[in-house]
Amino acid sequence: MASLIACPHCGPRPKEEFTVRGDAGITRPTPDAGQEAWHAYVYLRDNPRGRHKEHWHHTSGCRRWLIVERDTMTHVIYSAVDAATIGETV
Amino acid sequence: MITASFHGESIMRYSAFSVFLNALRGNKSWQPAWRSPVPKNHYDVIIVGGGGHGLATAYYLAKEFGMTNVAVLEKGYIGSGNVGRNTTIIRSNYLLQGNNPFYELSMKLWERLEQDFNFNAMVSQRGVLNLYHSDAQRDAYTRRGNAMRLHGVDSDLLDRNAVRQMLPFLDFDNARFPIQGALMQKRGGTVRHDAVAWGYARGADMRGVDIIQNCEVTGIRRENGRVTGVETSQGFIGCGKLALAAAGNSTTVADMVDMKLPIESHVLQAFVSEGLKPFIDNVVTFGAGHFYVSQSDKGGLVFGGDIDGYNSYAQRGNLATVEHVAEAGVAMIPALSRVRVLRSWGGVMDMSMDGSPIIDRTHIDNLYLNAGWCYGGFKATPASGFCYAHLIAKNEPHETGRAFRLDRFARGRMIDEKGVGAQPNLH
Repeated sequence: MASLIACPHCGPRPKEEFTVRGDAGITRPTPDAGQEAWHAYVYLRDNPRGRHKEHWHHTSGCRRWLIVERDTMTHVIYSAVDAATIGETV
Repeated sequence: MITASFHGESIMRYSAFSVFLNALRGNKSWQPAWRSPVPKNHYDVIIVGGGGHGLATAYYLAKEFGMTNVAVLEKGYIGSGNVGRNTTIIRSNYLLQGNNPFYELSMKLWERLEQDFNFNAMVSQRGVLNLYHSDAQRDAYTRRGNAMRLHGVDSDLLDRNAVRQMLPFLDFDNARFPIQGALMQKRGGTVRHDAVAWGYARGADMRGVDIIQNCEVTGIRRENGRVTGVETSQGFIGCGKLALAAAGNSTTVADMVDMKLPIESHVLQAFVSEGLKPFIDNVVTFGAGHFYVSQSDKGGLVFGGDIDGYNSYAQRGNLATVEHVAEAGVAMIPALSRVRVLRSWGGVMDMSMDGSPIIDRTHIDNLYLNAGWCYGGFKATPASGFCYAHLIAKNEPHETGRAFRLDRFARGRMIDEKGVGAQPNLH
């Protein structure tokens, strides 16, 4: 894991200021989507060996939710953008 | 000299006598502990992953279930993965119904392992102590200890004075986390982790199992809904049954058959200090944070803490976690502040969604899955191998591994020992 995450609001900050939530690629199903869709949403993960988009919260900074794309094999960070700029994932 | 003959080869049985005899011969006649065979075209069973669990599975398939036309494919070398990266602790102090009997089976197998596979694994039942720091935590440990006893597993709740007599150097009067006592499992302890891999490898090999190192599986070939074999860096190898035991890389292998797993891969770090004179006789865990320590026979303190918390396949972690582990360690044993760390390393953990493992069949009839061990896989090695071998040989789960089903998430039958829900980095 790289030591710094380039927060779009605060600039490059130590990764210890952030809290990772997990995979940002999962879309919350509609309430009536059925058991299979909900099972996949709650429990199944792509868990890629390579590029991975994740939600990181800048807990000790601007307190914005970011989408950070990084490599799980090399720990290189490719990008960090405010989650709101991506919009609703529904 | 006592020898046993398998496949026309003479394999030396290790004993005090063989050590003596070989010393007289200038130690020139020791044989390699296992062969380096060229893969055959076809095996009855191929096991993907030559870690502790894969090797144990092969060993028990050959020894207990009479299946010897078996290959273990390892992409690196034996012992290069988590079986050589853990902190060597064994215990069966689990709370829940599905877990406790399984880990107790493992403990019983550990207790007779060295005689069973004729290899010195340095099994040391030095006792595992979990410290408690509050009334609430004492109640939780009382409950755990009682649950263990109901399962027929020994446990002792120690008060502050009893712990002080054993471990006088702990910070009993820590302002924030004073030590009130500990839950102890006397039969818990440590095992020399590399020797576990070597012993199982040798025991499987001498019964005819081919252990093929530097052989990475790159694809799984299927025909008519069944697995027919694997593409590897050493060519195609056919099989009757395919058994996955790829630990942190389980997702990578499952992707080859479009199987999505309830698993995330995370990095866990571990540490060893410079060699010190003996002072920690047991395995001790800090109840107020995630820290555990024991002392190896070489004198180094072996310790670790939490996973780093982000998905990783990198086998290395961050300094922030190193600092956190050191802080927890010093809070428990202030004397540690003067100790120098010799090495640190990371391993890739297959963190499951409820913190418990999976030993099950899959949607493909002759494909089997062993995964999701989180950071507790080492202690489970014998029982995991035994139950997985049972499942592969008989197509029926072993009774103590019955709860570790892949479909338990869909059925709402989670085994969540820690009770944190489907958030793998919190288990």
